[in-house]
Amino acid sequence: MQGGFFYQALVYLTAAVISVPIAKRLGLGSVLGYALGLVGDEGQDVLHFAEFGVVMMLFLIGLELEPSRVWRMRAPILGLGGLQVGVTTAVLAGCAAAAGLEWRIAVAIGLTLALSSTAIVLQTLAEKGLLRTGGGQSSFAVLLFQDIAVIPILAVLPLLAPPGAAVHGGGDHEETWVAGLPGWAETLVVLAAVLLIVLAGRFLLQPMFRFIARTGLRELFTAAALLLVIATATLMMKVGVSPALGTFLAGVVLARSEYRHELESNIEPFKGLLLGLFFISVGAAMDFGLIAARPVLIAGLMAALIAVKLLVLLVLGRVFRMGIDQNLLFAFSLAQGGEFAFVLLSFATRYGVVGESLAATLIAVVALTMAATPVLMTLNEKLLQPRFGTLESAERPADEIDEQNPVIIAGFGEFGSIVGRLLLANGVGTTVLDIDSDRVDLLRKLGLKVFYGDASREDLLRSAGAEQARLLIVALDSGEKCAELVATARRLFPHLTLLTRVPGRGAAYELLDAGLEHVFRDKLDSSLRTGVEALRLLGFRGYQAHRAAQTFRRHDEAALRELAAMRHDQALYINTARQRIRDLEELLQNDLRDAAESRDAGWDTESLREEHGADAGDER
Amino acid sequence: MLQDTRRTDVGPGIGVRPVYSRAPRNTHGAEPMNETLILLAHPALEKSRINRQLADAVRNLEGTTFHDLYEAYPDFDVDVRREQQLLEEHDLVVLQHPFFWYSTPPLIKQWEDLVLEHGWAYGLQGTALRGKRLLSAITTGGREDAYRPDGHNRFTIRQLLAPIEQTFALCGMEYLPPFVVHGALGMTDEEIRGHARDYRRSLEALRDGSLDLEAAGRQPRLNLRLDELIRDGEEDG
Repeated sequence: MQGGFFYQALVYLTAAVISVPIAKRLGLGSVLGYALGLVGDEGQDVLHFAEFGVVMMLFLIGLELEPSRVWRMRAPILGLGGLQVGVTTAVLAGCAAAAGLEWRIAVAIGLTLALSSTAIVLQTLAEKGLLRTGGGQSSFAVLLFQDIAVIPILAVLPLLAPPGAAVHGGGDHEETWVAGLPGWAETLVVLAAVLLIVLAGRFLLQPMFRFIARTGLRELFTAAALLLVIATATLMMKVGVSPALGTFLAGVVLARSEYRHELESNIEPFKGLLLGLFFISVGAAMDFGLIAARPVLIAGLMAALIAVKLLVLLVLGRVFRMGIDQNLLFAFSLAQGGEFAFVLLSFATRYGVVGESLAATLIAVVALTMAATPVLMTLNEKLLQPRFGTLESAERPADEIDEQNPVIIAGFGEFGSIVGRLLLANGVGTTVLDIDSDRVDLLRKLGLKVFYGDASREDLLRSAGAEQARLLIVALDSGEKCAELVATARRLFPHLTLLTRVPGRGAAYELLDAGLEHVFRDKLDSSLRTGVEALRLLGFRGYQAHRAAQTFRRHDEAALRELAAMRHDQALYINTARQRIRDLEELLQNDLRDAAESRDAGWDTESLREEHGADAGDER
Repeated sequence: MLQDTRRTDVGPGIGVRPVYSRAPRNTHGAEPMNETLILLAHPALEKSRINRQLADAVRNLEGTTFHDLYEAYPDFDVDVRREQQLLEEHDLVVLQHPFFWYSTPPLIKQWEDLVLEHGWAYGLQGTALRGKRLLSAITTGGREDAYRPDGHNRFTIRQLLAPIEQTFALCGMEYLPPFVVHGALGMTDEEIRGHARDYRRSLEALRDGSLDLEAAGRQPRLNLRLDELIRDGEEDG
């Protein structure tokens, strides 16, 4: 690599920062944007590193999936996924054989090209918000099956080597622990590793995250989250399993954890960057010399690959009774070659299954089809869907929106919990965020859905569903955090109605000044109730005391809003404040002294007595 | 219609909630008088079948101010000055409520006690409401034949409404023949829709002066033979 790490970083980051916004602007999604940033010629090295983005993406996808949902998806994963890989392999191998290749090579190529690109498809679907549609879910199921299928394919490939073919180059990049073991022991080791991940996720990670959260250091949590992903990936590579699959499993195990949102928001930026790097290196991996030398052949192969995959997918979609919309989406998203093809092809080359020049050609074809995916999907969206679609995607299954509650409560202390319980008792779903890990722990034991995290962070708000929610109740203890959260929420989620708890007048002024409407001083109601009780104990009638408190509250709220506007003018503020206090005192005194001035004059007969003398009562 | 208690949304009026809504008249330059003020009082409108549909039928009626009292004053803390101002601004006041225990829901009583002040609504200087008109729009659970001297309720509906009639008569207001929906307990949706249509037509006719009040006064209730009462016939909402 010329220029060292910083130079490389400079080139890649510049390419990303420039090309991604342009692609987004053109409606092509960030994937193509990254791929457009074609730079350098050391794609393979970077690709290897950037594959980690895919690993992280699968971890995040796992976090979104509760185990019960994966189980419910077993039919599409095994049925649809299995058929896709099987049928596509057969058809592609048939084509290759027909083109004159030896049958073993043809099968190897079929297996390799049957796989699609998890990274590109999921990223594109997520960006377009199509992941939860029927077609999106089916695509996901197929991709999941393909990821699992890579393991047996890797095992089968060496067997496809023509007799006498020499093994090129060294062995694996990573030495696995299972390299020398017999098949049954290998399986046992893999199973043990999976079991280890499940058990650790259940029993070890919870206390660990709780311990880390209690330190209050945000960067430590980020480090722990990264460590979790990298450790899982490493373990899986050591036992010879796809690291993406391992982290996906870890994600699923942690999907029910209260640290889910926090983990998500910590990993998210790393995933985004590494994935971007990955897409860039896909672009960089293309051998332009080769493409330039045989453009017709490459274009033909590319068209053929896409056509075969499209056809198989469309038929499968039909068999699995997808609607035309979803079937088109399904077929067009998966009609490319995948990143695993690069791995499998280099593996196959090493074992002499596929020749060097053939492999180079195929890599170019796969990379080009990957780059073409966003274009294909846009084509489907803009040209095919409007013509053949029935717009059935509008009616998505409702049960998928499991945590899209109308209310988010930030802070679940004494204050927030009372608000939350009142809403819950009335059947209003709430998503609760709290920064106190001990409290989160306790509340979850009580069966409440509470998530750990700093609610003033944009990413956490987003993953808590701020985009769909209607109300955000800010019940944080810290005034500083409260102001931060209010500012963030108003800037990024202007549709949210904010209900804000404030410690006192000062904070209330700030928020009222900022244009907030629903501002609640947290001590107002309890102090008024205390005052009412004191009056009653002194001998006031219960309702009289109650009415006095009602009057006081109304007056005080009005004065608060009036004073908020003028608090920057010190002299005016003090004068007005004095005047308001005098007004209120007078008002309340009048209640006792002079009935005519009282608010509740209707309940007073004094004016009647004055007007009519003793018999006034007859008339009313 | 009973509402499902598991609510996925948070009710209609989150955010800036207007306590009352005015539907502007098309005819510009018309005086602010001669407008209708509907005071709705139902302590559990979300459980109501009929009052909710009646309210929906007139909520946005042209030239009408719709004022939901239980929504505005859930804590019975009636804003006397504002209520008096609203009354002064309107000519026809409609008091819409279910007929609970031969009377109004308690918030209307609170409202009457506090808003109809001596020296403002009645008494020597109390002339603010003189000449205005009041219409009771009520729903009863019992059927019409129960409101007879020989019936279950032993009195006619007009007799039972006498306290309300007299309250506003004392304020110098004209008490119109009441709009009464009887038999609210066992009513089909189709019947309810019919009453809602009648309610809207009645208020439109009152607003436009096309209702034969003299003939209406000879009936026990306004909506008994509505088609005959409304001049120019077929106007329908």
